[in-house]
Amino acid sequence: MELKGKVHKFGDDINTDEIIPARYLSTSDPAELAKHAMEDADPEFVTRMRPGDFVVAGKNFGCGSSREHAPLALKAAGVSGVIAVSFARIFYRNAFNMGLPIFASKDAARDLADGQVISVDLHTGVITDAASGRWYLSQPIPPFMQELLADGGLMAHVKKRLEAKSA
Amino acid sequence: MAKPQTITQKILAAHAGKEYVEPGELILARVDIALGNDITAPLAIRAFQEAGGKQVFDKERVVLVSDHFAPNKDIPSAIQCQTVRQFARSQGLTHFYEGGEMGVEHALLPEKGIVGPGDLIVGADSHTCTYGALGAFASGVGSTDLAAAMITGECWLKVPESIRLVYNGQRRAWVTGKDLILMTIGDLGVDGANYLAMEFTGEAIGRLSMAGRFSMANMAVEAGAKNGIIAPDAITLEYVKGRALRPYAVFESDPQAEYLFEKTYEVSGLEPQVACPPSPENVVPVSELGLIPIDQAVIGSCTNGRLEDLRLAALVLEGRKVAPGVRLIVIPATPLIYRQALDEGLLAVFMDAGAVISPPTCGPCLGGHMGVLAPGEVAIATTNRNFTGRMGHPQSKVYLANPAVTAASAVAGRICAPEDL
Repeated sequence: MELKGKVHKFGDDINTDEIIPARYLSTSDPAELAKHAMEDADPEFVTRMRPGDFVVAGKNFGCGSSREHAPLALKAAGVSGVIAVSFARIFYRNAFNMGLPIFASKDAARDLADGQVISVDLHTGVITDAASGRWYLSQPIPPFMQELLADGGLMAHVKKRLEAKSA
Repeated sequence: MAKPQTITQKILAAHAGKEYVEPGELILARVDIALGNDITAPLAIRAFQEAGGKQVFDKERVVLVSDHFAPNKDIPSAIQCQTVRQFARSQGLTHFYEGGEMGVEHALLPEKGIVGPGDLIVGADSHTCTYGALGAFASGVGSTDLAAAMITGECWLKVPESIRLVYNGQRRAWVTGKDLILMTIGDLGVDGANYLAMEFTGEAIGRLSMAGRFSMANMAVEAGAKNGIIAPDAITLEYVKGRALRPYAVFESDPQAEYLFEKTYEVSGLEPQVACPPSPENVVPVSELGLIPIDQAVIGSCTNGRLEDLRLAALVLEGRKVAPGVRLIVIPATPLIYRQALDEGLLAVFMDAGAVISPPTCGPCLGGHMGVLAPGEVAIATTNRNFTGRMGHPQSKVYLANPAVTAASAVAGRICAPEDL
């Protein structure tokens, strides 16, 4: 499956308070959270972005709080995925659990600029710049994460195990 | 002979039913305690129910604390607390805390002996790593991982590589565990320990009280770490004695254990440290900060809301007044700490100084309530994060420091050390 959208470029160490400020955490309604995605990093983000667009950032994306509201807000806002030099540990795990595709690619994160149109192959993790045709590899997804994804996420995986137990 | 392991490896191995685990290895670990709060638990409860979860794996081991936006700050927060309460009641959870029993989770759980040495704890709160100060493996996870742990009593974990951080020398007056960890984050950077276990050791750690050790392990996540850990010693066991609700186990690293890297810090010359906005890695000694006028000072949180922190603040505030135009907010982290501070006369010192005393809550630390900042306002706080908008408006600023520096700054009306008063 291929995703296509525009790049919205951010810097290093984008933290979860910037992705979804705590002042909006009195709800876990995805539609409400979506209205404030990336607000403290770029207050105009949700008005500029179109569903399908990508967030591209530097190192340590998603550092800070464990709030799963962060990947949830991005996903609900229609962000196709996040490409970054690297991801903070808890965000990385949460993104998989929430079904938000994320790609670690130093070269893509460095080269891609605001407004460029890219396509990303979900299975191979290959990121392609639509205008130049230049492509980038992203870090492979660990086999265990692939297994979870194949099951439809962590909870589907747990459900499968629960059903196997009670059968 | 058995392969040498770090304390982190040993605890993970013990919870995976193995003698040895290798860094990088994926394990399915048995969880001693799974923790959620009023912000993260509602998402976990939803996932729990959607997966067809009926009963939590153990009603003694799933812990829920409504501490973030409680006492309920608005109607949506009240509904989130209600969701948590209904779930806790319907599941018959032993450890559900709200109202007058509620404390800031990472101060409350050790105080009540719910967590202890050798435990494996996952919590849907990034500062779950605090319990590493007890010689436990404790790590923050998201709500979905919490939901899975609530159902199965297990959690998938990648065994982290460890780094060894050695602290030598004697701390100067007004230098605390908070200053050691701020200095370390300043040195390593906010992703300097990403995915790693930070093991704190050395004579200066041996001389730290439990409160100081909790402050250090608490902020391990601010360097990106999976966990922070301090091997139990006599101070740990004295703290645990009479509290631990379950049997505990003492682990320590083997002398030949392997570390990704090791660093040694000499703390004798260290002065109190301040982390400047908008990152916990922007750390400078307080004397090099220049003139920073403040509007608000906050003493509390899972990092520095313990009795010892309040005593330190009271030592500075005794007989002094908060500067005109500055709001000092003191938040004892748990009801017991609140009561002890009352009995010791600390609350009187705070009130005489002109402070506001808040009930236990995470409150302003994450810009929730009880001291949210307006545009352009500057705060100094004993909390753990100074990100853009963390304590309120995106155009407000937060400086992080220890309780003595925060109290002194409230008196001076600008950031300063206690010696400067």
